[in-house]
Amino acid sequence: MPQNNEILENMRIAPEVNRYRIYAPDIANVRRAGQFVIIRIDDHGERIPLTIADADPDRGELILIVQEVGKTTAHLATLKAGDQLKDIIGPLGSPTHINNFGTVVIVGGGIGIAPCYPIAKAMKKAGNHIVTILGARTKDLLIMEDEMRKTSDEVNICTDDGSYGAKGLVTDLLKNYIEEQGNPDLCVAIGPVIMMKFVVETLRPYQIPVIVSLNPIMIDGTGMCGGCRVEVGGETKFVCVDGPEFDGYAVNFDLLMRRLTLYRKQEHEAYELFKRSHRCQIEAEL
Amino acid sequence: MQEIAAKFKEITPKERVKIPRQPMPQQHPDKRVKNFDEVPLGYTVEQAITEANRCIQCKKPSCIDGCPVHINIPEFIEFIAKGNFQRAIESMKKYNMLPAICGRVCPQEEQCEATCVLKHRSEPVAIGRLERFIADWERDHGKIALPSLAPPSGKKVAVVGSGPAGLTVATDLRRSGHEVTMFEAFHAPGGVLFYGIPGFRLPKRIVWAEVKILQKMGVELKLSHVVGKLGTVDSLLEEYGAVFIGTGAGLPYFMGIPGENLTGIYSANEFLTRNNLMRAFEFPTYDTPIVDVGRVAVIGGGNVTMDSARTALRLGAEKVYNIYRRSRVEMPARDEEIERAEEEGVIFKLLHNPVRYSGDENGRVKEMECIRMELGEPDESGRRRPVPIKGSEFTIDVDTVVVAIGNSPNPLIPRTTPDIKVGSHGNIEADTETGKTSKKGVFAAGDIVLGAATVILAMGHARNAASGINEYLQTGKW
Repeated sequence: MPQNNEILENMRIAPEVNRYRIYAPDIANVRRAGQFVIIRIDDHGERIPLTIADADPDRGELILIVQEVGKTTAHLATLKAGDQLKDIIGPLGSPTHINNFGTVVIVGGGIGIAPCYPIAKAMKKAGNHIVTILGARTKDLLIMEDEMRKTSDEVNICTDDGSYGAKGLVTDLLKNYIEEQGNPDLCVAIGPVIMMKFVVETLRPYQIPVIVSLNPIMIDGTGMCGGCRVEVGGETKFVCVDGPEFDGYAVNFDLLMRRLTLYRKQEHEAYELFKRSHRCQIEAEL
Repeated sequence: MQEIAAKFKEITPKERVKIPRQPMPQQHPDKRVKNFDEVPLGYTVEQAITEANRCIQCKKPSCIDGCPVHINIPEFIEFIAKGNFQRAIESMKKYNMLPAICGRVCPQEEQCEATCVLKHRSEPVAIGRLERFIADWERDHGKIALPSLAPPSGKKVAVVGSGPAGLTVATDLRRSGHEVTMFEAFHAPGGVLFYGIPGFRLPKRIVWAEVKILQKMGVELKLSHVVGKLGTVDSLLEEYGAVFIGTGAGLPYFMGIPGENLTGIYSANEFLTRNNLMRAFEFPTYDTPIVDVGRVAVIGGGNVTMDSARTALRLGAEKVYNIYRRSRVEMPARDEEIERAEEEGVIFKLLHNPVRYSGDENGRVKEMECIRMELGEPDESGRRRPVPIKGSEFTIDVDTVVVAIGNSPNPLIPRTTPDIKVGSHGNIEADTETGKTSKKGVFAAGDIVLGAATVILAMGHARNAASGINEYLQTGKW
């Protein structure tokens, strides 16, 4: 029997992107699409929120897909099957509102494709026609294409450099789709903040309802600290308990982008320190 | 210590009342602002025995009524006076299982010490310092004895939250022979004792030590478990005979003024949690960062405000202002804490209130506009209402702001327990004598019921709730 919080598999699926299979049966059993967990690797670790990409309640497994962006995520990438995370807290946040809306367009960008997957699956199961638009900087960075194809009725792909699918941005594909097929009933967009902002701007003239999922800096995830606060419709909301999903038209994306940069200096310092010491460790082993 | 105690044997009552109140040894302000170690160092054996001998052992002691958990104060003090520390701690623990914590954070000057008869002649007996002394003596001498437990009752109780209320309920119910499981959302136990109160007031090893005793008594502690998200109160009721909710007041208030979401503006909860729980002051040894604080303004007038201001100083702040809209008299913080903050260099700007913040090109706060206030007629709290003085606005340059104006009850449990009655402030409604809520089998006490109050008040009501739970488990009557 695996231990709670044990990593069962750590697989690189794209440059600097890993897929983790983790034993966390209690959370796997109750989590729903749209929710996230907070993890802490060890006693010195920080608490970081990660969206749940999938779960298998029968096997007690959670799937997390994580891009290496700083010290904690880089450290995570070095862990092996059998290693155990110190904490996994969740499932946090409100689940996605799932209903039979009709046609749902799911727009996923970069690592944001991972949280799109359980939403697409749940929406499909509820009887929706699923149109998926996926974007990545380049072919190698496109993740979860097979999974998304299985749960979608149509899939459209683009890359910034044209190395796979259409050359261009998800907003181009979205606009084309609407021009050709008419308004979908709902759009769900998850990706970099700037992408979500422009998806919302693309949809605005058509007034198509759009849900976005936000991933701000967070500590406790239970509404206690307010570090994750964002402005939605002119009001302050806490992403951890009021979100993470919000009406895209109401979100102040510029504020969110600024709040995400607060610790850039410290994040850089910690990352460099980790890379240096990790390199030394590997050289010592060789 | 017997020799020291013997010195006071022949003392006359007149001489006794002339013994001066023993000062608390503490770290010098210049030194302590550079570390996170505890500020008061605790009485020496000699000081403790001397202080204990100041107590005149009243026939009808009024101090006991001043204590929310009714510690037999003259009794434990008498044992200290005689140098019998073992008996002193045994007496204490009949009433209070967490004296190391209460001796440090209780507002004794408003409770037991406020009703001490010596207060009229000179100064009250330093009951809190003696409480701390005896608890530290027990821990430092490795003499902590586990309390005796009643035979197993076969009943199970879930305690949600491991703060002051949860710790008290768990202790009492375990002693009554019930199986107790305590759920904590964070990765460390103690609630506000851990994430909120800084180590320079309450070292974290003390919180851990208290929790270890609970675990040795057989209480099961489930950390990183958020009830309301991973299971609900209803699902707990399927497995446990009763559920106690002590989830505290964990939702920070902001003022709702322009610019409050600029970066560099923290709730006190976040600012303190980053340091106390995540140890950001040891970044990068610990991974959680905190900003370079620079010039800091801390808003509010309570103990949490003082904790935040003093934490900012220890993080190397250039200047720390305390902005409070009323005057010193109305400040809810303990005098002791205000004095320490003053000694350490906090600049008080009383009768001031922030109006708006403005930021630099990166969205980091750089300036706050304040307005001067004056006191008008008393408001519903009985304190004189602060009124802005028109045209008195001015600006202060700041790099960091900590908003410490209070918390409301944490909504996670009320939101996920639809049939529990909730008051107008989001607090769970519960009887303070029995802890009973509107939902059968569910009890609550502490800040989730009261709104933000004190550690000892939460513990007092939690003790009542423990009795209420005991009775319910025995009789099944609601």
